[in-house]
Amino acid sequence: MIPDSAAAAAAPVLRLHAITKRFGSLLANDAISLELARGEVLGLLGENGAGKSTLVSILFGHYVADAGHIEAFGEPLPPGNPGAALAAGIGMVHQHFTLADNLSVLDNVMLGTEPLWRPFSRRAAARVKLLEAATRFGLQVNPDALIRDLSVGERQRVEILKALVSSDKRQGAKILILDEPTAVLTPAEAESLFDTLQQLIDQGLSVIFISHKLDEVLRVSRRIAVLRGGRLVATVAAAGSNKAELAELMVGRPIDAPTRSARAPGELTCRLRDVGAGGINLDLHAGEIVAIAGVAGNGQQALAEWLFGLQAPPRGQVELRGRVLPAKPREWVRAGVARIPEDRHAVGVVGELPVWENAMLERFDTPALSRAGVLRRAAAQAHARNVIERFDVRGTQSQGLATPTRALSGGNMQKLILGRALMGNPEADTPPLLIVADQPTWGLDIGAVAYVHQQLLDACTQGAAVLLISEDLDEIFAIADRMAVIHQGRLTPARPVAQWTMPQIGLAMAGGAVDHHHAH
Amino acid sequence: MLAETLDLLASLPFWVAVLRIATPLILGTLGVLLCERAGVLNLGIEGIMVAGAFAGWLTVYQGGGLWTGVLVAALVGALFGLLHGVLTVTLSLSQHVSGLGITLFATSLASYAYRVSFPKVDSPPTIQPFAEMGWLPIPVLNAQTPLTLLALLLVPVIGYVLYRTPLGLALRTVGENPAAAEGQGIDVAAVRLGAIAAGSALMGVAGAFLTLAAFNAFYFNMVNGRGWVCVALVVFASWRPGKALLGALLFALFDALQLRLQQSGTDLFGVALPYQVYLMLPYGLSIVALVLVARRAAYPQALMKPYRKGER
Amino acid sequence: MQLGAPFIAVAFTLLFTSVLVAWAGAPIGRAYALLIEGGFGSRFAWSETLTRATPLILTGLAAAVAFRARLFNIGAEGQLYAGALAAVAVGGLHGGSGFDASPWLLFPLMMLSAALAGALLLLGPALLKSRLGVDEVVTTLLLNFIVLLFVSMMLDGPMKDPTAMGWPQSVALQDGVQLGKLVARTRMHTGLLWALALALALWALLKYTTTGFAIRAVGANARAAAFAGMPVAWVNVKVALLSGALAGLAGAIEVAGRTGYVTLDMSPGYGYSGIVIAMLAALNPLGVVAASVFVAGILVGADSMSRAVNVPTYIADVIVAVSLLSMLVATMAAQYRVVFRVGSGGVPHAR
Repeated sequence: MIPDSAAAAAAPVLRLHAITKRFGSLLANDAISLELARGEVLGLLGENGAGKSTLVSILFGHYVADAGHIEAFGEPLPPGNPGAALAAGIGMVHQHFTLADNLSVLDNVMLGTEPLWRPFSRRAAARVKLLEAATRFGLQVNPDALIRDLSVGERQRVEILKALVSSDKRQGAKILILDEPTAVLTPAEAESLFDTLQQLIDQGLSVIFISHKLDEVLRVSRRIAVLRGGRLVATVAAAGSNKAELAELMVGRPIDAPTRSARAPGELTCRLRDVGAGGINLDLHAGEIVAIAGVAGNGQQALAEWLFGLQAPPRGQVELRGRVLPAKPREWVRAGVARIPEDRHAVGVVGELPVWENAMLERFDTPALSRAGVLRRAAAQAHARNVIERFDVRGTQSQGLATPTRALSGGNMQKLILGRALMGNPEADTPPLLIVADQPTWGLDIGAVAYVHQQLLDACTQGAAVLLISEDLDEIFAIADRMAVIHQGRLTPARPVAQWTMPQIGLAMAGGAVDHHHAH
Repeated sequence: MLAETLDLLASLPFWVAVLRIATPLILGTLGVLLCERAGVLNLGIEGIMVAGAFAGWLTVYQGGGLWTGVLVAALVGALFGLLHGVLTVTLSLSQHVSGLGITLFATSLASYAYRVSFPKVDSPPTIQPFAEMGWLPIPVLNAQTPLTLLALLLVPVIGYVLYRTPLGLALRTVGENPAAAEGQGIDVAAVRLGAIAAGSALMGVAGAFLTLAAFNAFYFNMVNGRGWVCVALVVFASWRPGKALLGALLFALFDALQLRLQQSGTDLFGVALPYQVYLMLPYGLSIVALVLVARRAAYPQALMKPYRKGER
Repeated sequence: MQLGAPFIAVAFTLLFTSVLVAWAGAPIGRAYALLIEGGFGSRFAWSETLTRATPLILTGLAAAVAFRARLFNIGAEGQLYAGALAAVAVGGLHGGSGFDASPWLLFPLMMLSAALAGALLLLGPALLKSRLGVDEVVTTLLLNFIVLLFVSMMLDGPMKDPTAMGWPQSVALQDGVQLGKLVARTRMHTGLLWALALALALWALLKYTTTGFAIRAVGANARAAAFAGMPVAWVNVKVALLSGALAGLAGAIEVAGRTGYVTLDMSPGYGYSGIVIAMLAALNPLGVVAASVFVAGILVGADSMSRAVNVPTYIADVIVAVSLLSMLVATMAAQYRVVFRVGSGGVPHAR
């Protein structure tokens, strides 16, 4: 836990009273009341969809609450206006960076700090102020660098500095909100961030730290507020709590580990030989789940594209049961590869089209579903009905098969994609040969996550080889047999999950060589 | 032919013509530039230019001063621009369709208004246009009208505003990453609407130039695709005011050249070309310019993506 | 709710344009009565309307199929003229231009050439867009001007009608390849049947065939379509060829059915009207037929109205333009309510 600053005073710097927010029929925030003390780090914990982002968006003025009010430093906070939040001393580092790529660091930081009617810009003064703040908070930046040339860690530093400088209306009286800041960082970079947080606290800041990662929240916060289904269910002291208690509070019930039957890995299904610029070597056997861990942006996307059949690797080859397939997705699907893409909305489905047409998206021109260029609608709809039943896809009650796919919730959409991929050939009920799952549970609630995991394990038991690309170590530890870490396109050897230690993982994610001999 | 062309390039009247042809292009391109820098494609320019041409001319015909006419044209342009803005920014409708709709609307409205005002005329009634600025000691410029000077001066002014003022920074950011702007307390919709209004006002003035300076009456089809050329020129100019001026001048150069070639009946490589070929050249050139720049085009990242407040 | 949108749009449009009618000094009620009568009030009116609707259906279909694939084909006007020119080039009177062969061979050849001409004209901008990212709106627009100049050049030179006494028109089509009259003593010709057949064919294509499915998927979400293995680039080419061909056929059918030869003013903006029609029809091929008849009726009615009362014919163009804009708004209003009600589809995700 990060120690409070010595200046921790009695009066809370931030008070939220009974904040309520609805989106249509969804109650995102249900009468939430919170306080933030000066100089403390408050962890805001909850699974995806619990309402954390909505709450801080209301705080920062992106949304207006339906009921309730907020006081910052004892003054009421005008709602719905980021400018007012900034003026009150609240800064926010968003989950998805709000930086303009084509502009410089200084430009991004200066935006909004000068009145729009002023006919000139005081750039020199702003530059000095930025460098001062950088030194004060220990975040080094180059004011003239263009954002698009910066690394992810560097961009986050700019985001944080921007939040601090923009809200610098009152010296020392500042609140910083961090929304899932470690999602894109290596363990080492995350440590560095926590050091920064300590410096901020020492300077008199108060911090709200949002995360769904239990380890971090315990490490960093003094108190933890747990949200579930839009309500604040508990506020606990970090010192007296543990992961199991928090997990149970987050979900509302004890969680069962997914079940799997023991099965020795079978024959070689897929082999990657010296693939890509980093020369990846990997063997995938039937009946096992191999996970690729790593921080986002280290070559996972390219690897996924090679295994989805979208691109041929620039070097090396991928063999599926001994065959090298061309870079045509159809060939891969036909060969029995089940593919689950990372971005279900943008890549997985065509939102406008009805559910039954999406169910046949990959196989609509196979003899089972079309003949001589004409779609066999009845067959296709029957297939879709099958998928929906088998994979418990909900959301089609009112409009049936004609429901536009974008109307499905994230979890149901993912189940549809899963079903489409796993049920493969509508005529023969053969399980797939290889499943390539890219972040399959990202953004899903715990129920859907458990469902997806169980499906992957079941398929594995039936003889499929599974490649799981994931940024979630918890997930990997839960279901994977072996794990390899990817860094800058290079892959470590895939060792049994039990043999990896956290320091080794962190090192591998940062590109250090993993010493296999000290595997304890 | 080479010798003739060189002679032409050395003659002052030729450059006078170039600058005159370039003026509506400069104004129109700057107008499109402002809109697109803020992230909004404004295909209404062709219609707005027609409306501006008509409105400006009508004001002067009814007895108003020339500068009043320019102001009215700017206002009319801004109004059509705001309509486009409401449709695309406030209602997040398709920028392509809205823009085309505005062009059709503005053109048909102007034509209708003209016919209602002058139902029985055979040749269009004329006005007294802007006079040349003979008092200027600078050659080529002293044969131009004040609107040309305005256009030339606007280039560095807009450059300054875009790159050296907080408003310009806000405008550019809104076109690159509206979420970033909103997170810093900027009202994205307001900035976009303002940019569209200002840009469309310039487009209106570009149209007014045609009726108040280049010619002295309003003809149907007088804009003749200049608006679309401006849209192409903005891409060619990489959304920078200085390059926009360069592009407009380059285009005007070729246009003036083809006019002279046409008039003097010069053969191209010994073959007498029909006049239509010469007329095709400017449009063809615009397409070529677009293709040449396409690969390297550094689009404002948020161009044509509607932004809903709070959506990330 | 979706179906109510066109009617709301039209109602608003007529309200707005009534102000313009009043400005022209004409009595509003009588003016609109004349408009409707002129477009739909008699057998003759209907025949004129349906004649006008024929090319509009085709340019409407061209726009609908292109816009569905997010290919903003604004060049239908040029493609129409290209098709017309190609038709005359193939089927024109012997000695002027064109070949001498049996109508059974010549007619299909003529139509094919027209379709090809339109298709190739759009292929250029389409390829520029997919290969180089050049915005097709500007390129297709600029091409319109170029094509029109080319037609003018042809009419002055190689394809000039020697019997026309200086009037710029092309060689006339041979009798054998002209389209017959649908109804005697009117201008309605069998081209209407062709247009209707093509509308039906396009509707069936989109709904029932694999090609149509691919077009709809690629148009709605090219990335997802590519992931699913659809040949996106090839689909886009097919769309461009189809759209251009339809517009080219519009030109050929106009020449073969209505005019008999090509002139510079044979299309009063049919290409652009086609876009409006496609939007009014929500890009639905069958809706295009209805919308075409509506727009044609307005245009014809406005002509007859302006002759009777002193309202300039441009009122028709205003009506068409305002219909487009109000249809845009009305469709959104309808969709917004639907999306908002369906589960969490309209909800911003809390991540």
